[in-house]
Amino acid sequence: MPKIIIDNKEYEVADGDNLLQACLSRGIDLPYFCWHPAMGSVGACRQCAVVQYQDENDERGRIVMGCMTPVSEGLRISVDANNAVNFRASVIEWLMLNHPHDCPVCEEGGECHLQDMTVMTGHTSRRYTGKKRTFENQYLGPFINHEMNRCITCYRCVRYYKDYAGGTDLQALGSRNRMYFGRTEPGVLESEFSGNLVEVCPTGVFTNKPFSESYTRKWDLQSAPSVCMGCAVGCNTSPGERYGNLKRIQNRYNEDINSYFLCDRGRFGSGYVNSEKRIRNAGLRCEDGSFEIIDKTDALNRFAAIVKDNKLIGIGSPRASVESNYALRALVGEANYCAGFSDAEAPLVDLAIDLSQGHGKRAPTLKRVEAADAVLLLGEDVSNTAPRLALSLRQTSRNVSKEMAGPASIPLWQDAGVRGHAQSALTPVYSASVLPTRLEDICTDSICTTPERIAYLGNCITQLIEGKSVELDEADMAFVNGAAQALKSASNPLVVSGTSLLNEAVLHAAAQITEALKALAQEPDLLLCFAEVNSVGAGLITGALSMHSALKKLTDGSVDTAIVLENDLYRRAESEKVAAALSAASQVVGLDVVENATLEQATLVLPAASFAETEGCCINYEGRAQQFYQVYEPQGDIMAAWAWVAGISKESTETDVREKLISDCAIELPCLSRLTHLNRMAGQSGRTAAKIPRQTHRFSGRTAMNANVSVHEPRTSEDVNSPFSFSMEGDSAAQPGDLAPYVWAPGWNSNQSVTQYQEHAGGALRGAADAVFVSHAASTTTLEKTGPIFGKASGKVREGGAGLCLVPVYCVFGSDELSAHTSEMQARAGRARISLNPQDAKALHVKTGDGLYCSTGEITPGQSYEVLVSASMQQGFVGLVQGAAYLPAGAWVSFVRDENWARQPEVIARG
Amino acid sequence: MWSHIKTTWLVFLHLFKRNETVQYPEEMPYMAPRYRGRIILTRDPDGEERCVSCNLCAVACPVDCIALQKTSSEDGRWYPEFFRINFSRCILCGMCEEACPTYAIQLTPDFELAEYERPNMVYEKEHLLIDGVGKYPDYSFWRVAGKTIAGKGKGDARNELPPTEVHSLLP
Ligand code: SF4
Ligand code: SF4
Ligand code: SF4
Ligand code: SF4
Ligand code: FES
Repeated sequence: MPKIIIDNKEYEVADGDNLLQACLSRGIDLPYFCWHPAMGSVGACRQCAVVQYQDENDERGRIVMGCMTPVSEGLRISVDANNAVNFRASVIEWLMLNHPHDCPVCEEGGECHLQDMTVMTGHTSRRYTGKKRTFENQYLGPFINHEMNRCITCYRCVRYYKDYAGGTDLQALGSRNRMYFGRTEPGVLESEFSGNLVEVCPTGVFTNKPFSESYTRKWDLQSAPSVCMGCAVGCNTSPGERYGNLKRIQNRYNEDINSYFLCDRGRFGSGYVNSEKRIRNAGLRCEDGSFEIIDKTDALNRFAAIVKDNKLIGIGSPRASVESNYALRALVGEANYCAGFSDAEAPLVDLAIDLSQGHGKRAPTLKRVEAADAVLLLGEDVSNTAPRLALSLRQTSRNVSKEMAGPASIPLWQDAGVRGHAQSALTPVYSASVLPTRLEDICTDSICTTPERIAYLGNCITQLIEGKSVELDEADMAFVNGAAQALKSASNPLVVSGTSLLNEAVLHAAAQITEALKALAQEPDLLLCFAEVNSVGAGLITGALSMHSALKKLTDGSVDTAIVLENDLYRRAESEKVAAALSAASQVVGLDVVENATLEQATLVLPAASFAETEGCCINYEGRAQQFYQVYEPQGDIMAAWAWVAGISKESTETDVREKLISDCAIELPCLSRLTHLNRMAGQSGRTAAKIPRQTHRFSGRTAMNANVSVHEPRTSEDVNSPFSFSMEGDSAAQPGDLAPYVWAPGWNSNQSVTQYQEHAGGALRGAADAVFVSHAASTTTLEKTGPIFGKASGKVREGGAGLCLVPVYCVFGSDELSAHTSEMQARAGRARISLNPQDAKALHVKTGDGLYCSTGEITPGQSYEVLVSASMQQGFVGLVQGAAYLPAGAWVSFVRDENWARQPEVIARG
Repeated sequence: MWSHIKTTWLVFLHLFKRNETVQYPEEMPYMAPRYRGRIILTRDPDGEERCVSCNLCAVACPVDCIALQKTSSEDGRWYPEFFRINFSRCILCGMCEEACPTYAIQLTPDFELAEYERPNMVYEKEHLLIDGVGKYPDYSFWRVAGKTIAGKGKGDARNELPPTEVHSLLP
């Protein structure tokens, strides 16, 4: 660790840092704009100027950019020297020449890095009296507002959008002081990571559109640490609430998972919490379908009576928390419990948990993914099923450029240098998928084929790694050979697959490859994706019933009551079977957050709290258990699902129910025994005795916000069960970084203040507790190696059906159940889509943009889909975007052209 | 003893001073225009609501008695969906007026804030918003701000150049 002298004081700094990073890491406030811990430096803004001295005798020194100067032993610099201070003040003054008089109507106000830096440099009054340059704004889609006048030309947006996230439709346009950051023409930003622009841009150019609709200042939001419910990656989030509405989702830094970025599903997909479709009261569903509201006590009594008098089954859910699922299982007993997966998915989840937990090595964190030196994507379209992983894989693909930078003595934060030196060199990434993925541009080679064939090619790769030979046609051979060689010559190869294709052979093939690489004494990683936020948790809380046996029990009358926990069964099994089972049952108790088809048949509906209104834990793809905390208290009779279920089965107050559930669960299910380590109360592990306030120290309106109801300010509710308080009181400063509900530090109102929570700028959070992982016994799966290429995956298509064979495909906007209820998501998702081979399309007389409806087959007929003709789709197969309905993989379906279909204008325009 | 005599003497002298007490409410006292009494929300010279719901008054308020919610109108203006002041908490310190960037919120010389019921001290926007400009006849935030509203495009605000032609690559 080199020592440097900053303003005559000696500091030890991290080797390889630049001066800006070093200053920030040692708590010295040095203003900056263009540097970003995840994206390095480009020296564009000239804000981080410091004076560097030649030696001890140098009095004058020279101005250098902190972010572009590496630290070196004995280096002497000054942040406070007059010329540096004046230089930085002038830079801000220039940046502000054209700045609009907008702060009061700017969504960035109060958490604006530009405001912070302006205050930090002491620029307080405007001297320039000339005219201001202006720009027209662009429409950028349902997620992002554009206000170009506020731009300070730091280039962060394009560096993020293009260089980091691989987007192609946001550019730096124009020249000199006409620089314009936008699209070549107005239109929806294509990248599924566009939302990060809101946090990356240090000004109010890009702001969160849905949040702006009913905007609240950062200081007025009540927050708590939370976890994204969008998929099994489990990104950390910080939701903000005001007046009983969930206002927005911001990123919450977690070094190992999402670091600084979320995907748009995570950031914009929570509007359902405030939606019209929200269930806010308990009620009875009457014969005529109407909903009769009953009060909480009545509902609890009725629920208790139903449980007491009837033969029950319980159906859990992979989108419900561990607590809720376990509470239901405890209520009905394992023998009567179904984990809530479809019958196709359940065995795959078990298999994937076993493969990614039981083989001596846990699935890699995203941080580790970013360090891999060769990647094989087998069947999983990660951009749509685990989006944040796709963003990490983009960084993985740049590892070779980082390797090349070393010998050329280019520091890794020297972003332009590293990129320029590497030119187009990319780390090998091979991808086999059903349809082209959005990672195509970073793939060394990719191939589109059927799930069976993907497994077959995977097994061929294993053969080649093991030094055997395979026979394939030229294109396949090139792919298989390339992938095998890349994986073999890597030291940290990574194989990514998942449950999304609902194909066991694909998972086996991925595991085989990893095993073969292990035999070569490498350190391979196997990452298996899961569909939903708590798929792993629900998979570990086992039940004796499969979905079909549960439904059958209801249909044949061997049980008469079903309790359905946060699950729309119509997404999990054939609609006729679900409908028959639910109507055969004498009682169906449904607990859920928003209305769905299952609840329409429920006799008793109980309003479940959303993730923001309760606490619980979910287990991500790695087996990492993460707790999300209650952000605000729910309105009406809404209560956590686990509280509804456990409230009637246990003689205890609501407050300790959850703790009891977790401890019972830990005892009953040994793999979850470590869950008791999750909730860190005051006084424990690195915590002071004080509570952590959910509200900021500048929270306003306390004595007015409820005054229309009562002038007597309500007592703040006590929260004995979590580390947080529902007020401004408590101690935010001395608390562990991973429990920070929001980020703020003196002088740093914007999200850039997260640096002040890190041990080293861009590194781990101070005081963060060790992650809690589920434990898993040794694997029980035997990876078979029989037949020409391992029996199971023959490479042949399932035979014997009429029509087209269905393959599941996914869409980041729309495939996830809850976020699909958010209007902005629906706007991005568009219509239900079907991908066809040109040959099949021709036979059906359709082109892209036409409609097809399902006439007969193994899925619900009648539904119409928008056609997308793709040469990558294999003939005889059809890709259907998973979403609202149950679409079994491998089903045979016939389609007919929908004559009444209205082609959408943009499709017509594209021709 | 001495002090008693002194005090009595002082009181006696007051007999010859001018009377400060007025016959309120028959006779109204003089209130300076900048006296800090009941709070109002004003309109800009165009007759539109001045408040842009920036929340600065609310955060400046030491007793936290202001609560509002931002919304926006068709023409692009931000305005408060609701604006509430709990006068039973307000200490009439004037911090909100100091903080307001649009001169929307102003304190007036009306000090007669007395009610039998405390809930009547809670004023909503309809009680606060007046039809005039108050103490600042000329200022209109929207004529200065860069954000577009109907009838005021980019380049139309004070001291602005017409929108840049971004397609030009000339030096
Ligand atoms: S970007 Fe920052 S400084 Fe500029 S108007 Fe918005 S809040 Fe004010
Ligand atoms: S739009 Fe924002 S991020 Fe992009 S250059 Fe301007 S200020 Fe920087
Ligand atoms: S990747 Fe998954 S967990 Fe992360 S933000 Fe997106 S949806 Fe949420
Ligand atoms: S400070 Fe002025 S403009 Fe801002 S919310 Fe208050 S009254 Fe409205
Ligand atoms: S942060 Fe150093 S030049 Fe921009």
